[in-house]
Amino acid sequence: MKIAFELILILGLIVCAVSALSSKRLLVTVVIYMAYSLVMTVIWALLQSPDLAITEAAVGAGVTGILFLTTLKKIHALKGTKDE
Amino acid sequence: MAAFLEKVISLRFEIAAAILFGIGFMNLLLQKNLIRKIVAFNVMDSSVFLLLASQGYIDGRVAPIVTDGIREASHYVNPIPAGLVLTGIVVSVSVSAFFLALVQRLYKHYHTVNFDEIMILAKEKVD
Amino acid sequence: MKKSIWKRFTEWVDGVAEEFEPEQLPQTQDKEKKHKTHSLDEQQRLRVFTIGYDIVAFIVGITVVAVLIFTIFQLPLFGCADNPAVNEVVQRYVENGLEETGAVNMVAGMILDYRAFDTFGESSVLFLAVTCVMMLLLRDKKNISKEEDIQQMHERIIEKESRDLILKNVTALIIPWIMLFGVYIVLNGHISPGGGFSGGAVMGAGLILYSAAYGVDATSRFFTRNTFRAITSTALLCYAASKAYSFFTGANGLPTGIPLGTPGAIFSSGLILVLDICVGMVVACTMYGFYILFAKGEF
Repeated sequence: MKIAFELILILGLIVCAVSALSSKRLLVTVVIYMAYSLVMTVIWALLQSPDLAITEAAVGAGVTGILFLTTLKKIHALKGTKDE
Repeated sequence: MAAFLEKVISLRFEIAAAILFGIGFMNLLLQKNLIRKIVAFNVMDSSVFLLLASQGYIDGRVAPIVTDGIREASHYVNPIPAGLVLTGIVVSVSVSAFFLALVQRLYKHYHTVNFDEIMILAKEKVD
Repeated sequence: MKKSIWKRFTEWVDGVAEEFEPEQLPQTQDKEKKHKTHSLDEQQRLRVFTIGYDIVAFIVGITVVAVLIFTIFQLPLFGCADNPAVNEVVQRYVENGLEETGAVNMVAGMILDYRAFDTFGESSVLFLAVTCVMMLLLRDKKNISKEEDIQQMHERIIEKESRDLILKNVTALIIPWIMLFGVYIVLNGHISPGGGFSGGAVMGAGLILYSAAYGVDATSRFFTRNTFRAITSTALLCYAASKAYSFFTGANGLPTGIPLGTPGAIFSSGLILVLDICVGMVVACTMYGFYILFAKGEF
């Protein structure tokens, strides 16, 4: 049962990575990357390293995403529906 | 075949780490957009962390925090990869912040984040 | 070719500055014109290069993944207790860690006592990263233009007028709890999961949330560049001083004179609490510094 859960999480990780990097809009890329970080957080907790889970939740899903979004605003990629 | 499949399922985290590394690496090479290159770099980073942490895990043992006064080494997972990865995660965020700052400067100068266009514009300036 | 490099090297040694062309922003109208001036031959070559690059990159990527997976099949099985990584070092850390460092959380005991020098270098890396971002993005007199100023003022005014009420009120409600949780994680780093890195990141995220909801000027009232400078350098120097004391007196198992306390209490485990607070301060300031430099360009 635990193995099935882990396999689902791994599948989610790979799907997130592929879809983040193949989406048309940069905003979608960044948001899916944050979801990737959250899946990673659950995997750290399953691998018995709670320190990593807390750090990844605060850093990967929080601060990195905010930095990406701020950069997107600076390069004017948030306005249109297309890339630039 | 059954033995092979069993081995694949047993090494699931390591294989996932290799596949994620490949996804990140190929996108780092093939994407034209600098933001996507940075996201790909971050995916590569976390795949390496996943490989390290999965090598430290041992079935049936608990996180390395002393509980109920049990002190035997055979009761806890390996704390060393967790310590290494903890440092790595925080360094990776500072590295990506540095990359993003560089991208902002490039955008200010060239008004694009497409790598090919930046190369063409830079070449024209040299000519 | 060789001579010119040598000449340039000697000039560099003599301190003769290379002449740079004055920077000029590429004009958008110019761009299309210049694209047309590319000869057909060059475009052909560029296309061939692009296709060739894609194919080579694909082959290299596939090869890397194949080699990695082949190597992974030689690794010891996942979750196996006889993994060679589980050796006498781990045994030492786990079995003697509580007596020698006083930390219940062995990861904290490891990174802040046995390997504290490594963590010191890492905190310095964070400080260096903020310095590099500051060099790139700080809006000083060389990195400023009138159009940008006007644009930023426009954005500031729009932000002020259309501030989100829901975000503001919810932020006011949860900010105290976020900061409290961050402080809790930092102070309990040696007895529960967490520590300086995660707690500092939580506190930095709280500061970022506050400045996102109330505008970048709101945090500037109490967090200026001088505050950043004072907190970061004090924390790093405090880390260096306490670790230097520990190396000076306690290396090779000599007694340090710092009581380790009862394991599990807040005031225990010697210097680890102090080091955790220092690291937490540095990380929180770093995260907030990144954000404010990205969003505003100045402290």
